[in-house]
Amino acid sequence: MAYEIIVATTMAITILFALSLNIITGFCGQVSLGHAAFYGLGAYTGAMLTKAGWPLIAALPPAAVVAGSVGFVVGLASLRVRHDFLAITTMGVAFLFVGLVRKQEWLGGEIGIAGIPAAQFGRPGLLVLSIICAALFAALAVYIKRSWMGFAFDSIANDEDTARVLGIDVPRFKLWAFVIGTSGAGIAGALYAHHVRYIGPDSFGFVESVTVLAMVIIGGVGSVWAVALAAAVLSVLPLWFQFVSDYKLLIYGLLVFGVMRFSHDGIAGAVQRLLNRRS
Amino acid sequence: MLAVDLLIQGIVQGAIYALIALGLTLIYGLLRILHVAHASLFTLGGYVGVIVTNQTGSLTLALCAAMVLVGLLGMLIYRVAYRPLLDKPPLVALIASIGLFIAFEEVFRIVFGSYGISFHNPPLRTQIEFGGGLFLSYSRLLIIVMAVSFLSVLAWLSSRTRTGVAWRATVTDPQMAASFGINVENVRYLNFFIGSALAGAAGVMVVLLTNLAEPTMGAVASYKALAIIVLGGLGSVRGTLIAALAIGIVESFGTVYIGHILDRDAIAFAFLIIALMLRPQGLLRAG
Repeated sequence: MAYEIIVATTMAITILFALSLNIITGFCGQVSLGHAAFYGLGAYTGAMLTKAGWPLIAALPPAAVVAGSVGFVVGLASLRVRHDFLAITTMGVAFLFVGLVRKQEWLGGEIGIAGIPAAQFGRPGLLVLSIICAALFAALAVYIKRSWMGFAFDSIANDEDTARVLGIDVPRFKLWAFVIGTSGAGIAGALYAHHVRYIGPDSFGFVESVTVLAMVIIGGVGSVWAVALAAAVLSVLPLWFQFVSDYKLLIYGLLVFGVMRFSHDGIAGAVQRLLNRRS
Repeated sequence: MLAVDLLIQGIVQGAIYALIALGLTLIYGLLRILHVAHASLFTLGGYVGVIVTNQTGSLTLALCAAMVLVGLLGMLIYRVAYRPLLDKPPLVALIASIGLFIAFEEVFRIVFGSYGISFHNPPLRTQIEFGGGLFLSYSRLLIIVMAVSFLSVLAWLSSRTRTGVAWRATVTDPQMAASFGINVENVRYLNFFIGSALAGAAGVMVVLLTNLAEPTMGAVASYKALAIIVLGGLGSVRGTLIAALAIGIVESFGTVYIGHILDRDAIAFAFLIIALMLRPQGLLRAG
């Protein structure tokens, strides 16, 4: 059972992480190539707090607040730079985060933080907590999608200038998207830190940012269930391909490429086409 | 003399960045694609450089082979990967490109091994002394000379030849260019060939400096080249050159003076973020 619990926890945390990016990139159309930075902020905040004796549950809100506050600042940047320029700016934020952490002795520096205390309620408890967090966030995402806010996000994603002309307060909604999305990533990060119980600057690099973006795009931009599915599958894919251990990243890369090449709107788009054909 | 030393180091690094980023900016200018897999072509250039030099003993031959092979592979990537995605949202091509980049890195690892390969006898290691205790190895000198000459040839091609004019016309307005009888598709292939060949040449140069071609050497090129073309204004060739030199120099001074609080990449990106906040469209406008 232990192995299955670990795999399922990884899945739940990854789903939460991918859904949080889906708010920013999927709903609001703001491409972020640095989402792992907020995952990392949450992880470091959570780890420092529980090492200081806080219970894990109490450490989750501060992790969300720290990640969300930095997310707010990056959101301010998104008001100034757009499109590809924004994507590279967020990528820069991620490198800045990793570069800063690397040189801070009190954050473990190059070596990272080891010996993060296990959750008081054991591995199964952590799994339940991760699933609850992911489910709550998915519910929030579905609610947002159906609300006025979701409509505003959609209009910004489609055509920012027209949205502004129509009287939608573009800066406010962009900031909301960044704050909600990055807070979610912060919670996911804190859970992750207590799942693997070791974090270092290399746990939150460019590859992680790109991987989570790939999950959102492969799922299908903006679709909650498809992004969750893609995150679940892609998070365990390297494990499934253990038997071809030398080739697993090769297969992963080709798969990412193949999905984009043959179904550019991801899993959601492919399913939609399948349904349309049948009816 | 530290300042001069750092400046030279920065210029050498900047020249390499410029060669990598130039191909990327040409491709972005023409197709609006952020071509991450460009960095794999750079890595391949490094490998071809080492292998051909070790086999034949001729660095010149190695450089030519690297440029031609890598250029052809670039054309193939355009044909297989990007051409079918041209009418899709740009994010699609970006993710496809990242997938390719990961796959290529693994191919290099599987084919050439994870530890990388080196020159049997590293060429151009001798140092030459300039006045005032200033040393510069032949390889660094060669890098600067080659970067300048490639760029001059490119500038001459684009401003003085019919092909160059056709190319610039296509960048400015593809439909208009097509209606004037320019074969837009040929221009795109040519664009990929030249851009990729430059990346291949940059790969050879980096291997000359480090004496090691290894699977992950493209990682730095992948993200930093993106940063450079964005800083340069996306699609502006002159902007890219300025940005490449600026980032090279900022890095070499930054690692010495503020290296204790930020690492090399973070310094480059801090500079990028500050510059973009001041000029959200990059240093120069595309054109």
